[in-house]
Amino acid sequence: MKYVDEFRDPELITKAAEEIRRLADPNRHYRLMEVCGGHTHAIYRFGLKDVLPPNIELIHGPGCPVCVLPMGRIDDALAVAADPDVIFAAFGDMMRVPGTNGSPLEHKARGMDVRIVYSPTDAIKLAKSNPQKHVMFFAIGFETTAPSTALTLLRAKTEGIHNFSVFCNHVTIIPAIRAILDSPDMRLDGFIGPGHVSTVIGCRPYEWIAMNERKPIVVCGFEPLDLLQSIVMLLTQLQKGEAKVENQYKRVVPWEGNRAALKAIAETFELRPYFEWRGLGFISQSALRIRQEYAEWDTEQRFQVPGIRVTDPKAAQCGEVLKGVLKPAQCKLFGKECTPENPVGALMVSSEGSCAAYYNYEHRKANLLTSISAPA
Amino acid sequence: MSAGAKLGNPAPKIRFREPQIEMAHGAGGKASRRLVEGLFAPLLFGASPDPLGDAAHLKINGAQMAITTDSFVVKPLAFPGGSIGELAVNGTVNDLAVSGAKPQAIVVTFILEAGLRTDVLQAEIQAMADAAEKAGVRIAGGDTKVVEHGKADSMYITTTGLGAPLAGVEVNPQSVRPGDKVLLSGPIGDHGITILLARGDLDMEGDLRSDTRSVFPLVNAVVQAAGPGVRWMRDPTRGGVATSLNELARDCGLGVVLFEDSVPVHDAVRGACELLGLDPLHIANEGQFLAVVAPELAGAALMALQEAPGGSEARIIGEIRDQPAGSVLVTTLYGGTRIVDMLVGDPLPRIC
Repeated sequence: MKYVDEFRDPELITKAAEEIRRLADPNRHYRLMEVCGGHTHAIYRFGLKDVLPPNIELIHGPGCPVCVLPMGRIDDALAVAADPDVIFAAFGDMMRVPGTNGSPLEHKARGMDVRIVYSPTDAIKLAKSNPQKHVMFFAIGFETTAPSTALTLLRAKTEGIHNFSVFCNHVTIIPAIRAILDSPDMRLDGFIGPGHVSTVIGCRPYEWIAMNERKPIVVCGFEPLDLLQSIVMLLTQLQKGEAKVENQYKRVVPWEGNRAALKAIAETFELRPYFEWRGLGFISQSALRIRQEYAEWDTEQRFQVPGIRVTDPKAAQCGEVLKGVLKPAQCKLFGKECTPENPVGALMVSSEGSCAAYYNYEHRKANLLTSISAPA
Repeated sequence: MSAGAKLGNPAPKIRFREPQIEMAHGAGGKASRRLVEGLFAPLLFGASPDPLGDAAHLKINGAQMAITTDSFVVKPLAFPGGSIGELAVNGTVNDLAVSGAKPQAIVVTFILEAGLRTDVLQAEIQAMADAAEKAGVRIAGGDTKVVEHGKADSMYITTTGLGAPLAGVEVNPQSVRPGDKVLLSGPIGDHGITILLARGDLDMEGDLRSDTRSVFPLVNAVVQAAGPGVRWMRDPTRGGVATSLNELARDCGLGVVLFEDSVPVHDAVRGACELLGLDPLHIANEGQFLAVVAPELAGAALMALQEAPGGSEARIIGEIRDQPAGSVLVTTLYGGTRIVDMLVGDPLPRIC
């Protein structure tokens, strides 16, 4: 398969791993954060920890939109969708995320009209084919998915579709990275930068990390070779004592980002003064809301949204895991009360969440025999 | 499900504590297993059931027979490469086959929704007749119920199949030993991805067809070539190869190690899975089966499979090890490993 197989080539991967071993100073411990949940998933799925030397520690970052969403937002949306004339439309990612009284999927089984869509424009199609109903699209994601929501709002306005609204939960990545760096208990050596987000925002927004914080950051793709190559680039910078922004994912990410996408975002969204992140608390100017000109298509302005706030169970240490202070298995609930089937914390829900990824792919490997080789 | 009811045993231990049935309980993964093992098995089979196989092997008046049942609720009713009627025959035929029995006869129950068009029903009855003829089984009887419009998705079909156990083979996860090889009859994921695309929710098209077929000729080829060495077989339907092998790992208490690069997957399935964030190992199949064969007979079994019609893409995809006990581990060519668990709930596309 083109654009995939060449980035999973065993020979190239072995070479990159050798390069990493050559560059890594054996007397030094490296803490590198992969910001994006897609990277976390890929690292576990491809078993990349097994090919890295033990002194390179990968810390999982906050870049999983489902994980950082407070439970109260799901309760709010489900409260709106309790009206039988409302259709709840969302990406598959959201379907198993628990609200206080169950996930959207569980509400669907109890009779709520919940639909999985694959893009927000599918939600518009749904609105057109159900003119007697109101379709609420539960928008979620970083700058990666915000442009498609923005285009959908533009289209709803242009085409005059009135039985459609967006429950906006879009967040922005830079304030989250800033919150991580401001956290006193974090000592990071560098960042594996988000790939898909950067296709939209480009590489410039990361320059302060290099200039002010003196940390190298490499924008990175999602295949095993992308990740290893980015680690090579980070180690090279660290060896030379440099701190700059580099783009490993040039085949997809333009340095300046996608101007058309940014324009659509700017036209339809504005920054919220503050937004609550699960595990990280309130972060100022870290999320998007729909502009007044599009109020008719804003669920929060059009409906009575209860504004529910739910505190996470005290025992769950999602915040510490999200910031990389704790490893998933160090949380008291991990694998006991909290499993992918019965998630207590959000990091256990999304397959990009570090707890779910660790649980699914890693944690039973601990007691493995070392000699595992492919058949001749 | 096998194991007979044992009267006079102490009160059965019900471990299923969930307040209501959710969709996940029918998805073939962990939740399904909890329901069957925690509620059905203790009440129906007594305190110590045999491992839950694909078909029960019974002795009645001295005659050995295999019996199994399955229900089909697929939507859409027809899809590239097959339809619900064809599935209803092949699914039950395959459950008998992988239990080590030659399928003989089927009885069928239709639950029809009022308003169902006759031509649609006729097409499915014809599909059943054709599939039965192809598989060499007789449809021996049936029953029909009609429910109000809106109470069923056009039609549900339940088939119950009777088979004659094959001589010289006993399928039992307890007989699996470290060093045994895991065989797979062909490429995985075709059926599940075909259904996903045929539902039309995704703006994606692919040149894919369901793999629904009777696997009995392939099973028979393996049994004839390696009968005494065949330890276990399963058709990896809902929940895919990963779920079937996790069930095996738990039932035999050993580890299953898969070599990812040996697992055959069509490019269209791989592509769809990459786009949707799904794992082909979790996608449903309808015309493939897995077999665990003793190492000394695995080569013969593979050769027999590959020489049988429709078996040319069969592979050895892994082997049984002591560790990781009770789990399935996937290894890559460059030395990375990951655990693959049973499917949790239905596979949902990942987008944001």
